[in-house]
Amino acid sequence: MIERLKKYQFLFEELVKRDFKKKYKRTVLGMGWSMLSPLLMLLVMKVVFEQFFGRTVNHYTTYLFCGLLTFGWFAESTGVGMRSLFANAGIFTKVNVPKYLFLLAVNIQVLINFALTLLVFFAFCAYDRVPFTWKFVFLLYPIATLLVFNIGVGMILSALFIFFRDIDYLWSVALQLAMYGSAIFYTVDNFPPRIQAVFACNPVYRHIAYIREVVLAGTIPSAETHLTLLGFAAAALLAGAWMYKHYNTKFLYYV
Amino acid sequence: MSEASRIVLSCRDVSIRYRVGDFKNIGLKEWVTRRLTGRYRVVDFWADRHVSFDLRQGDMLGIIGTNGAGKSTLLKAIAGIMEPTKGRIVRHGRIAALLELASGFDGDLTVKENAYLRGAMLGYTRAFMDRTYPYIIDFAELKAFEDRPFKQLSSGMKSRLAFAIASLVRPEILILDEVLSVGDGAFRAKSEAKMREIIAGGATTILVSHSLSQVRKMCSKVLWLDKGRPVVCTGDVEGACDCYEAFLRAPAGTPAAFDPSAIAAKRAAAKAEAERKTEERIRQEEERIRQEEERRRKAAAAVAELRRLRTEVEKLAEVRRILKGGGK
Repeated sequence: MIERLKKYQFLFEELVKRDFKKKYKRTVLGMGWSMLSPLLMLLVMKVVFEQFFGRTVNHYTTYLFCGLLTFGWFAESTGVGMRSLFANAGIFTKVNVPKYLFLLAVNIQVLINFALTLLVFFAFCAYDRVPFTWKFVFLLYPIATLLVFNIGVGMILSALFIFFRDIDYLWSVALQLAMYGSAIFYTVDNFPPRIQAVFACNPVYRHIAYIREVVLAGTIPSAETHLTLLGFAAAALLAGAWMYKHYNTKFLYYV
Repeated sequence: MSEASRIVLSCRDVSIRYRVGDFKNIGLKEWVTRRLTGRYRVVDFWADRHVSFDLRQGDMLGIIGTNGAGKSTLLKAIAGIMEPTKGRIVRHGRIAALLELASGFDGDLTVKENAYLRGAMLGYTRAFMDRTYPYIIDFAELKAFEDRPFKQLSSGMKSRLAFAIASLVRPEILILDEVLSVGDGAFRAKSEAKMREIIAGGATTILVSHSLSQVRKMCSKVLWLDKGRPVVCTGDVEGACDCYEAFLRAPAGTPAAFDPSAIAAKRAAAKAEAERKTEERIRQEEERIRQEEERRRKAAAAVAELRRLRTEVEKLAEVRRILKGGGK
């Protein structure tokens, strides 16, 4: 495995570099834009929803930002991940390389983007007078599990995208639904327990809730929550890995 | 072919099924509706059937056949990009496949960035690329375009770059799909020389080419595929190429008429004919030499006769002089 990684390290680096250059090369704002766009989104949502939900939620801006930050990462990672395999059809139909490299490469780029947005997020926390505690270290856990979850979902989607090109549209609908179902700008406290149980099945919502608990309530979520997040990540990754393995030599027919 | 050289690539009864049909580029909605209405048609067909051959170190196999004969599919299976549906392919050693070189580049990246990406795809190391990049750009004659976006290059230039990078490989098994036909005349000569250098380095090579003269010039074995079936796999390159040419010229020719035994027979006949001609020529030459010797002998005899006559005349003159003197 190590040897394999070493063998493809150069290719991986070049793929990451390419994805970066392609994304930022001819834009004036460059990486600035990818930090600016969640901020604009934040501004719009704050203006629109603060009247409705701001009164019942402390630190509403930070609350909102937690949701937008996490959901934005999920949406971007799965969105670009979905196209990553197809976009590199010119490569994998000619050279025998591990196909997951393409997805991992774009995820590196998206992850760095997310890290920058996270810095802005911390700046906002300070501005919003959220107390920083040592417990913030626990934020690394949902970030790690969501990264794995994103990669897993990305694998599933990118495999499906090879077979069905309209997954694109279906996924944007699903994302829309996920956004409204992830309690980004509202709270789930007022829903009956039955509905709350449905929310608990939403991986993105669970990650958002974890981050909010650490940042806003200053407490560490339960062990059960930790296991659930790990379960989501493992399930997505296993499903994705199975698809890649099963269809490894069949993708070729569809591009 | 010495017994000592080991088999580096072995295809045993390889069959590859390829699918065609409506499944490509249809969306999920379309797929579901077609499934429901029973209008989903997928046709499996055999791109290659029962192909077997062994290649030893240093062999150069040319694969010939019309379009759609299954050549490229076979190459993809050998390269490991596809898996044979039946049969087995055993490879010993590093394999490098140079398939359809000009594609797979990124139009937005510069020439240099693309060169590194391609090098990485081919399994080179960064250190190796750093070291050989100046050479690559020189060989491709693209020094002036180094920092231009790739899409600004002409297709010939793209192929040249692709070839320059790809030709650095030192694999045990080298697969070439129509890569020798890149660039203009001058570059082609350069690339062929380069290719020969690689082959001379001991690589076992598989070449797919529509240029029979190329196959004749370079290959030591030929595999002729027709609609996925091997017509013949032989070391008799000239014979197979002759038959293939005849098959191409024939209006409705079937490759069945060109089976190996026919090729062998034809070859034997041609050989016998050539031998007969050689013998004839030798006989003629001998005859010519004999005649020449005869002539020379005659000439020598004539010269000797002349000499004899001259001494005779001189003697007579002497006699006459003495007689005259005696008369005084």
